[in-house]
Order: sequence, then structure tokens, then C-alpha cells
Amino acid sequence: MTTHTHGHKHPTEVPRSSPPLIEMRDISIAFGGIKAVDHASVNLYPGEVVGLLGHNGAGKSTLIKILSGAYKRDHGDILINGAKVDITNPRDAKALGIETIYQTLALADNVDAAANLYLGRELRTRWGTLDDVAMEAECRQVMGRLNPNFRRFKEPVKALSGGQRQSVAIARAIHFNARILIMDEPTAALGPQETAQVGELIKQLKAEGIGIFLISHDIHDVFDLADRLTVMKNGRVVGTARTTDVDHDEVLGMIIAGKCPPGAIPGPGALQTASAAA
Amino acid sequence: MAATDNTQNPAMEREGALTRFLRATEIDSRMLGMLGALLVIWVGFDLASAIVRGGDGLLGGTFLTPRNLWILLVQTSSIAVMTTGMVLIIVMRHIDLSVGSVLGFTAVCIGTMQVYWLGPALGVGHPAIWIITLILGLALGAAIGALHGTLIAYFGIPSFIVTLGGLIVWRGAAWSVIRGETVAPMDKNFKLIGGGISGITPGSIGATASWILGLIICAAIVALIYLGRQQRKRFNFTLKPVWAEVLLAVVGCAAVVGITWVLNAYYWPKGVVDRWALQTGAVVPPEGLNISFGYSIPVLIALFVGIAMTFVANRTRFGRYVYAIGGNPEAAELAGINTKKITLMVFSLMGMLAAISASISSARLDSATNALGQFDELYVIAAAVIGGTSLAGGLGTIYGAMLGALVMQSLQSGMTLLNFESATKDMVVGCVLVFAVFVDQVYQRRVK
Repeated sequence: MTTHTHGHKHPTEVPRSSPPLIEMRDISIAFGGIKAVDHASVNLYPGEVVGLLGHNGAGKSTLIKILSGAYKRDHGDILINGAKVDITNPRDAKALGIETIYQTLALADNVDAAANLYLGRELRTRWGTLDDVAMEAECRQVMGRLNPNFRRFKEPVKALSGGQRQSVAIARAIHFNARILIMDEPTAALGPQETAQVGELIKQLKAEGIGIFLISHDIHDVFDLADRLTVMKNGRVVGTARTTDVDHDEVLGMIIAGKCPPGAIPGPGALQTASAAA
Repeated sequence: MAATDNTQNPAMEREGALTRFLRATEIDSRMLGMLGALLVIWVGFDLASAIVRGGDGLLGGTFLTPRNLWILLVQTSSIAVMTTGMVLIIVMRHIDLSVGSVLGFTAVCIGTMQVYWLGPALGVGHPAIWIITLILGLALGAAIGALHGTLIAYFGIPSFIVTLGGLIVWRGAAWSVIRGETVAPMDKNFKLIGGGISGITPGSIGATASWILGLIICAAIVALIYLGRQQRKRFNFTLKPVWAEVLLAVVGCAAVVGITWVLNAYYWPKGVVDRWALQTGAVVPPEGLNISFGYSIPVLIALFVGIAMTFVANRTRFGRYVYAIGGNPEAAELAGINTKKITLMVFSLMGMLAAISASISSARLDSATNALGQFDELYVIAAAVIGGTSLAGGLGTIYGAMLGALVMQSLQSGMTLLNFESATKDMVVGCVLVFAVFVDQVYQRRVK
């Protein structure tokens, strides 16, 4: 590919002085013979949003669950700031500053917002008992920033609306000084106004130097919010590109056909015809 | 009240008075319903027994007498203790079918230790026997529970299967230990755990201590309400109206005083008083001597277990995790909670509670047999479910389940007073269980 079509840019690597915040290198995992993720590599720099795109079953959620500790990889390395780390369960990931907001929100429906905010990291009094009042006070503060209209602190989160539940989930992720935030379809259950709120929030988090993986079906969301995007298909990476180097149609082509446009750096999952012809 | 109505917004005014009352006091409406059911059962049985043969009860029957109510509470204590653990297990979406058999097995082990090992070794009636056997018994129960918990949490066998196996295995093990014999009598100090009179020592604390205890509980109620209010004030949270706080304190204290009064109104039988007078040299006046029983030891144990378990469920990480796992096991796991360890701990706790109940039951009967605690698992589960524990997990309260146990025991005891056959009793209790869950579901749907 020595010549390029008019209107397309060269794939560009962003010049970086520091190692990536997160590098997932050559990750593979199989479930009963089916390779859900097949030698996939992605990386993420501080203050950057990387969108992960792909069909259902493309492996993006599985790849990200390996990072958040829900699954254990069969093969490959995870590096944080250039150093190899071992993530075998969600506790490891949290200890490394990796927080996840799951598509299913992963809230305990039967307890209230404060209990969910602090789930797994409860504040305790000096006698070792739960300090519910302090947790509620803190929860009121955090939620006041994210969703000032939120009042239903005493109710189980089951009773809350989709947007309210989402803000509880986000509050939980950012409250504990996350360095890396994984958002799995963060706007899937939200109305337009709430989606805009999440967008604002993401910009705010970027400014604080947090790296964000954004998993989404919605190309528009990714173009709006992400700096780069990586497309997966059948468990493999089709390609990675800056959102300014590719357009909507090319990304659709990557998702549907696995065709890597000239503006993107191809991965092992890219359709081989073009390079074979060349 | 009328004055405050005017200040409330229109949405609040449209609610019924009861809804507003419940909101202000933050009382669980389901608990009110259960207390109502209990009242109906108690009044109904007293009236029915008044018609059948009459007595000196509150309404002319034999149910609402100090004696019957005292016995009712003692009979409830064993199931009430176990049901506190069953709540946590069901909340975590598990079940424990083995508690009755574990009770039987630990009871015969405790009995065997007392009668065949420690009795001969230390001398019958040695003061260390009861405490050694109690501690070993509790350890045994906890170990059995931990075994079940390990199989469930780490080997991934469903709790229904593990404890169904346990139901059969431990009943068989109980038989093997004593080859079907009855172990009796239990140690004389141990016997007091059952609440009965051992010689001339009663298994209850008497009038003075009961009143002191009642007053301490009243003080604790007032202190908890006050401290809770201060705490909420400190963080500028909305406060309950003062009248609601005062009402809760007054009703709570009145209930405690009432129960204490009733339990103190049950006196030693004349035969025991005479035996006591003979041995101590006390002089009994010709009109007789009223010595109160007061709070019995099994009831105190159940109270203590209830308070401790409520504390564990509401105020500790462990309890919070149990509920979170029940609400959404995946979310709990993703939040970094070690769900396997919590499962193991819950089953171990259940085993220990079964051992406490084994002590109460065997002490009360002054013997241990391999049939002890048969079908208890069903009553324990029924009490939890009647008390509002959802079999779908995530929902349930300790006090609700203990009230459920009291409702069930009240039914049984009332029917016994009316000379129902035991087969009839079983049928009624079974129907009541199904009916209670039906009513609860209708109620839940209406709340939604």
C-alpha cells in the first residue's frame, strides 16, 4: 500500500513520551474450544478515551472483562505503565485502579445507593461496624455532583430509573480514584439528556487524566467521545485508528466486513484481500 | 395531627393516614401485619378455649395466661434461634434442609459426652461439664456447617443437594452414635439451658432480675432512638417527626414492660415451692408463696441470638455482603466480594445455631434421642418464609423470621390446648404456611 486513495490519510500513531497507561498484549481466551478473544492487543494512554467497537459476540466485552478481572486470560500480557501485572480477579483490578461500569450495571438491587457505592469497600466505625451514616453522607455528596436531582437515598436501587441507576454505577467507579475506567455500553439504558450528562462526565474524567475504555454499539457515541477506536470481529482486532483519521462508513466497513481502511493500523483480524493483492 | 396535615403538600394529603403514619415512623408494614395476625391468633385461641372449657385467661380461655405464654416463648426459642441463620441462607439464595438432623446429631453427641464420658471422668454434676460440652457442641455444629459450606461454595454442589444429603447423613449418624438409645439424664447445670427446674434451681432468672433486664432493654431502646437521631442530625439528614420517635420509644418500652410483667406473673408450682422450702429451711406462709419464673434461659438465649444476628445482618460487612450477594451474585463478585468465603461462613454459622438449638431442645427434654429435631428444618424454613424472607433471595429480616417462628408455635400450641390431633395440627400448619406466602405475594403486588 504505497499509494493511497485521495481523501484518506495515513494511519498515524500518536507520538507519546510515556508508556501507555494500559497495554493489553496478545490476549487470548477460549471458552470450550471457541476462541472468544484471539491474540488481541489494545492500549490506552492517560486522559484518552478509546472506543471498542464490534458486533455482539465480537469479543470486546470479553476482552474488557479480562482487564477488569472477571475472566482470566489464557494467553498474553497486561502492562500498566509499562510494568507487567497479574489480574486474576476483580479485587486485583480494583487494587490497580481499574474500575468498571458494566452493561448490566452490576448493582445489588436490594440495597440502597450508598451501600452500592461502597459495595466491597464499606466505611467502618472504629468498632468495625458499618458506618452507614457516613457512607450516606458521602454518597449524597458524590451523587450531588453527578446527578443533583437525585433524592432517593433510602430506597433499594431496584426502585430507581435507568438513569439514576447509571449514575450510581458511575459514582461507584469514579469515587475510588480510578486511573482506568471501563465503560460497557454506558448510555444504552439512557434517555438523550442523561446520555449528554454521561458525555460531559467523560470529558471531565479525561481532563483529570483518567484513561477510559468505552465499549459501544453506537458509532456516533464513539465518534463524539473517543480519541481512538479499535474494532473487533470474531475475537480478533480488525484495526485501530484515531477518530479523526477515519469516517463513519469506514468504521462500519471494519465492523461488518472486517475491512481495514487506509486510515487505520490493521490488526490480525483485518481482511487480508487488499494486502494479498498488493 | 390536624395541624400538620395542613402544612403537607397535596401529594402527601392524598395518601391514607396509615401510609403517612408508616412513612413517618419507618415501620415495616409487613411487620405490623404479622403482629396483627399474631394478635388474631392469640385472641382467637383464648376465645375458643373459653368456649371449650374455660380458664383464667385474659378472655376467659386458657391461651392468654402467664403460664401458657411463658411456655409458648420457651417452645419457640429453639426454632427462633435457627431461623435467624436460615434467613441469611435464604437471602443468599441457598437453602439448608439439614438443620433438624444436625440438631439431632449434635444433641446426641452432647448427651453422650455428658452421660458416658465427662460424667464418669469428672464426677456426675461437675460444674465444668455443661460449659465443656456446650463449647464442643457449638464447635461440632459449626464444623458440620463449614463442611456443607465448603461443598457448596468450593465444589459447586447445589445447597439443596448438599443439605438434602446432610438431612439423611446426620440423622443416620445420630442413630449410629447411640444405637437408637435415649441418652438421659443430662447434666444438672446444662438442664437449665432448657428453662426447666433442675432440682430447686429454676432455668429462669426470677422477678427482680427480669425487671432489671426489662428496664435495661427499655433504656437501650430509648438510647438507640436518641443516638440515631443525633447521628442523623450531625449529617443534616431529614429527621423523623418527634412524635414518631416518641411513639416508637413508648410502644417499645410498653411492650417490654408488658412481656416482663406477664413472665413474672407465672409462679413456681406448689410442689417445687414446698421442695425448695424443705431444702432451704424457708417458711412458706399458709396462703402459699408466689415465686416468679421471669425470663427463662432459652428465651434469653433466643433474644441474645436475635439481637446478635440482627447486628451481624445490619451492621457488619459480612451481613451487608450476604444481602448484596442475594440481590445480585454477579455484582457482588464483580465488586470484589469473596462470595465463596461468605457462603462458607453463612453455612458454618447455621451449623452453630443448630447446635445452640440442640442444646436448648435436649436440655428441655432432659434427654437426647436420635429423633430429636426431626422436621425442624421445615418449621425453620416455614418460620423464615412466614416472616417475609423471599425464597428468590435478597430479602428478609431476622426479627420477621423470629416473629414467624412465634406465629407458627402459637398455632401449634393453641391447637394443642384445644386438643387437636397432631395429624390435624400438621395439616393446619401446612395450610397456614401456603396461605401466608399467598397473602404476602398479594401484598407485594399491591405495593408495586
